[in-house]
Amino acid sequence: MTASRWRAPRTVEEALAILSAEPDATPFAGGTDLMVLMRLGMLGAGQFVDLRGLSELRGISEDGEGLIVGALTTYSDMIASRLVVERYPLLAEAARVSGAWAVQNRGTVGGNIANASPAADTPPVLLVYDAQIELASRGGTRWLPYSQFHVGYKATRRKPGELITRFRLPDARGARGFYRKVGTRSAQAISKVCLAGLVRWQDSQLEDVRIALGSVAPTVLEARRTADYLRGRRSEAIDRGTARALLAAEIAPLDDIRSTAHYRRAVACNLLEQLLDETQPS
Amino acid sequence: MSVGANVPRRDGFDKVTGRARYVDDLTCEGMLHGRTVRSPIPRGRLERIEYENGLPWDEIIVVTAADVPGTNRVKLIDLEQPFLVEQEIRHREEPVVLLAHEDRDLLARAVRGIRLVISAETPVLSLEHSRTEFLARTLEKGSVEAGLAEADVVVEGTYETGAQEHVYIEPQGMLAEPHPDGGVTIRGSLQCPYYIQPALALLLDLSPERVRVIQAATGGGFGGKEEYPSIIAGHAALLAVKSRRPVKIVYDRMEDMTATTKRHPSRIRHRTGVTRDGRLTALETEIVLDGGAYLTLSPVVLSRALIHAAGPYRWPNVRVKGRVMATSYPPHGAFRGFGAPQSIFALEVHLDRVAHAIGLDPIELRRRNLLRADDLTATGQAVDPGVDVGHVVDTALAESRYAERRVACTAANRGSLHVKRGIGVAAFMHGAGFTGNGEIALASRAGLQLSPDGTVTILTSSVEIGQGSATTHAQIVSATLGLPLAMIVSSASDTAIVPDSGPTVASRTAMVVGGLLARAGRELLETLREQAKLPGSHSVEDFQAAARRYSVDHGPLTVMVQYQRPPGRGWDDKKFTGDAYAGYGWACYVAEVVVDTRTGEVTVTDFHAVQEVGRVIHPVIARGQIEGGVAQGVGFALYEHVVWENGIMANPRLTNYIIPTSADMPEVHVRFLEVPLTSGPFGAKGLGELPLDGTAPAIVNAINMALGTQIASIPALPEVVLDALADRPGA
Amino acid sequence: MRWQTGPAHELRVRIELTLNGLRVGADVDPLRRLLDFLREDRGLTGVKEGCGEGECGSCSVLVDGVLALSCLIPMGQMHGTTVLTIEGLTAEQTEGLSAIQEAMVAAGGIQCGICTPGIVLAAHALLLVRPQPTVDEIRNALAGNLCRCTGYTAIQRAVLQAARAHQENHA
Repeated sequence: MTASRWRAPRTVEEALAILSAEPDATPFAGGTDLMVLMRLGMLGAGQFVDLRGLSELRGISEDGEGLIVGALTTYSDMIASRLVVERYPLLAEAARVSGAWAVQNRGTVGGNIANASPAADTPPVLLVYDAQIELASRGGTRWLPYSQFHVGYKATRRKPGELITRFRLPDARGARGFYRKVGTRSAQAISKVCLAGLVRWQDSQLEDVRIALGSVAPTVLEARRTADYLRGRRSEAIDRGTARALLAAEIAPLDDIRSTAHYRRAVACNLLEQLLDETQPS
Repeated sequence: MSVGANVPRRDGFDKVTGRARYVDDLTCEGMLHGRTVRSPIPRGRLERIEYENGLPWDEIIVVTAADVPGTNRVKLIDLEQPFLVEQEIRHREEPVVLLAHEDRDLLARAVRGIRLVISAETPVLSLEHSRTEFLARTLEKGSVEAGLAEADVVVEGTYETGAQEHVYIEPQGMLAEPHPDGGVTIRGSLQCPYYIQPALALLLDLSPERVRVIQAATGGGFGGKEEYPSIIAGHAALLAVKSRRPVKIVYDRMEDMTATTKRHPSRIRHRTGVTRDGRLTALETEIVLDGGAYLTLSPVVLSRALIHAAGPYRWPNVRVKGRVMATSYPPHGAFRGFGAPQSIFALEVHLDRVAHAIGLDPIELRRRNLLRADDLTATGQAVDPGVDVGHVVDTALAESRYAERRVACTAANRGSLHVKRGIGVAAFMHGAGFTGNGEIALASRAGLQLSPDGTVTILTSSVEIGQGSATTHAQIVSATLGLPLAMIVSSASDTAIVPDSGPTVASRTAMVVGGLLARAGRELLETLREQAKLPGSHSVEDFQAAARRYSVDHGPLTVMVQYQRPPGRGWDDKKFTGDAYAGYGWACYVAEVVVDTRTGEVTVTDFHAVQEVGRVIHPVIARGQIEGGVAQGVGFALYEHVVWENGIMANPRLTNYIIPTSADMPEVHVRFLEVPLTSGPFGAKGLGELPLDGTAPAIVNAINMALGTQIASIPALPEVVLDALADRPGA
Repeated sequence: MRWQTGPAHELRVRIELTLNGLRVGADVDPLRRLLDFLREDRGLTGVKEGCGEGECGSCSVLVDGVLALSCLIPMGQMHGTTVLTIEGLTAEQTEGLSAIQEAMVAAGGIQCGICTPGIVLAAHALLLVRPQPTVDEIRNALAGNLCRCTGYTAIQRAVLQAARAHQENHA
């Protein structure tokens, strides 16, 4: 596959102008997903917009409401960011397990989200942190709760001509986090299942909880019914069997080349229990 | 003295600077690229080949079976497998059409522009459904019926190992150059130049000397480049001969994984008799191997599996029946270990089960039955003189602090709900060199060429594939001749220059070929003493003077020697009795694991590999063989799962066929014991395949100890472990 | 299943970069892989292709001082960058080999050698940011470079050896 058009805008404005004129053009961020798709013959249009020059989209900062992560922020950037490591540790953890070092240097959070693989490592974390995603087009920008972004397998709410520009994660202080990715080997593996959780305890009452999983549905999945059951309960009122059954019912794992539905379901429930074990107030 | 020393590795500089030239780094004037069009279905009859309109077929070189000048059969053990399909299709990815062109993009379109019209037939896609037996052999000693009757307990078990893909990091490739006189020169990634030469001679109807084979730097083989390269070489040569241009074929990773050989999958059933006090009375074993669609090297894989099935134990009564079945999968072939990993896995995991059945510690069961100095193996071979198998086991147990660690694991498990620890052991041996009379049949030759200035060039067809053979051979010759390494030259691996020393396989390169070189060295010294006044005890200068003298008086000197069977009982291939190998490496491996029962994930946290190998020529190289082999064994045990779908590997990518990374491997502690083998050079025996035998059973035994499970198949993926946990009685 | 290539277009972009210390320029297809540019257009065959999909690490190079997989980078993104390959690392040494290269040879970190250029560059990249890495840091930094021959232990020893040598030289 070679390009019929390759544009390298220097500003977001320029990029959006190009995308507005050529809505089918493929935005090219780190390229770690796209280059593999190209080899597999699965890359569609021959028009590309290279985003690497858009340095304003790369970076991590804080404002009054929380963390802002530019869409072109790499995994290595997130791992190295003191802000992320200390205040949004699940994000750093997901970045650490997202492929080997060379991939972390190049892969971007925006590219990962745009690629919309249900097995991706970062989406469950963005969900439990209640992230917002900013989409920009020639006509302006809009924010969307990330939980609404994925609508089906590899289908998102990104409209033609739109670029993902930023993520915002609200303040997560006081919450305890859990993240675990299960794969065949320790490093550099696509997950069989992964689970992220964020909980807030008030004395021994589970005041708030969000749980999200990867590789158990056509998109990243937020386990709402399970969370609803847990929310507001005192720890002694949490029936593990009930929680497991609710989770097992709301996920839809498949048999595929990497694992089985049976395994994914069993392990998802085990990870749920591990989440509860490890985030208990001491 | 260079033997036993960590001398600088000969090929190190070129490899670490990126200067080493592998086949894909080679180009030549006028070179075309070649591609292969393969059968998309596993069984059928080729009716015709259709060429899509609109492609410039007149400029594309097209080769089919009809273009074969000689015989369209790959010369190996039998003469059944074609280089290119004629009519019968026996497996998916079977090569049908070859294409060549300068432009790789056009070539790719041409590949897609060919339609093979095939009438499909029903394939055989499981061992259960196979009705065609390639061959069967039986190894028998004593009376298994009597032995089972004498036993207090009979323990049964069925064990399975899956296919394993080599994953040499350099995919396969060949470059063929045609000569005006009809001959060809082949350069490529390979282990056996003298397998390729006769195969191409037959294919192209050429006398062997017109086929010149030169090994390029080769990025790993592990048996995957033993016999398969003959096929790519033949393909490249056919295109080169037809086009009269050099042609290079290099497989990409997916093609390599789908089309080339893998380790034979196995299913092995044991029925074992044992007395209450832990004496083994009878070994009844049935081994079934999946050979895939063609025979390739299956007879020897089966032989080795049979001979290793009894392990390093004393069995008064043995019956091991083995057979290789034909299926519609791409043919399985050579892979480090070559049948022994399969049967040793089954035996060693089974023995833990046997121990459990009589309430005996698994080490104690082994100890009570290990071969002693005056015992004979199942084929009636004596233990290598001086080897104390018990000592090998004891050393491994001491180094790994087995007893203490076992207690610690058990205690830790009591206090841990989810994370369990285990420690497991495997005791085993591996015969070095070709099985039975194989070395006699090979009649290997190796030699030394003396230059007037005293430098000595090594002439063998053994090739450097990473195992350090260029270095270790040089050490053997340097030590034999009393010369510094700088005076020992490694020749190019070129059939125009080197004799047939047999293939670079079977843990034979240091022991058998190194042994030939040592003998050549001794004969060279004798010649110089008799004819060039070399003193009985010489300095380097003496040697150089003698070399000069010889050259002046007699001309060039090349000493060539041929393999002679060492003294011993000989091997009866019909009865399967006698000395199966010139020598065995004896080993005991201990693995420690941690298992997370919530996910079934297994991590190997510690590993001790103790082996008796005669003599270590180069400690770092030898240790590297064990460390690397253990990593392959970890993959074999835990990660490497070939997913078969419709007769093809459905996960032919490194993203979904998982091998260990540096983050997965613990430190591997390696210890060598040395009881010199008289017939080995400086006492050395082969060691390269040992780690593929003992690693997987030690790990599975550790998992079963940690969890109380009875996992009996590998890879022990997390899914398998989780199911095994659920299957435990009372779980 | 096969890797695909599609119809060729004529599109070329002008790329200028610093390659192994040299300023080079080329008119290339923007989707041409950096790997192919290095191996075929520049003759730098020390960069290897083991899988073509970013899994084996044998195509590793340094781009702007950071470890990168040349099989996953299109030339269209290479304008104005700095690239270091194994040839460049070797040429940088005023005499002999770099500490990591010496250590790799001596410690048994090299067997068949096909992963070696990528491993050396990954280790080099690590030592640039972590002159005294722990074994675990080495393990993780090299987890993207597959080796089928060594089992990694000797490679880890080599990196520690190189780190020590560097410390001694600068002590």
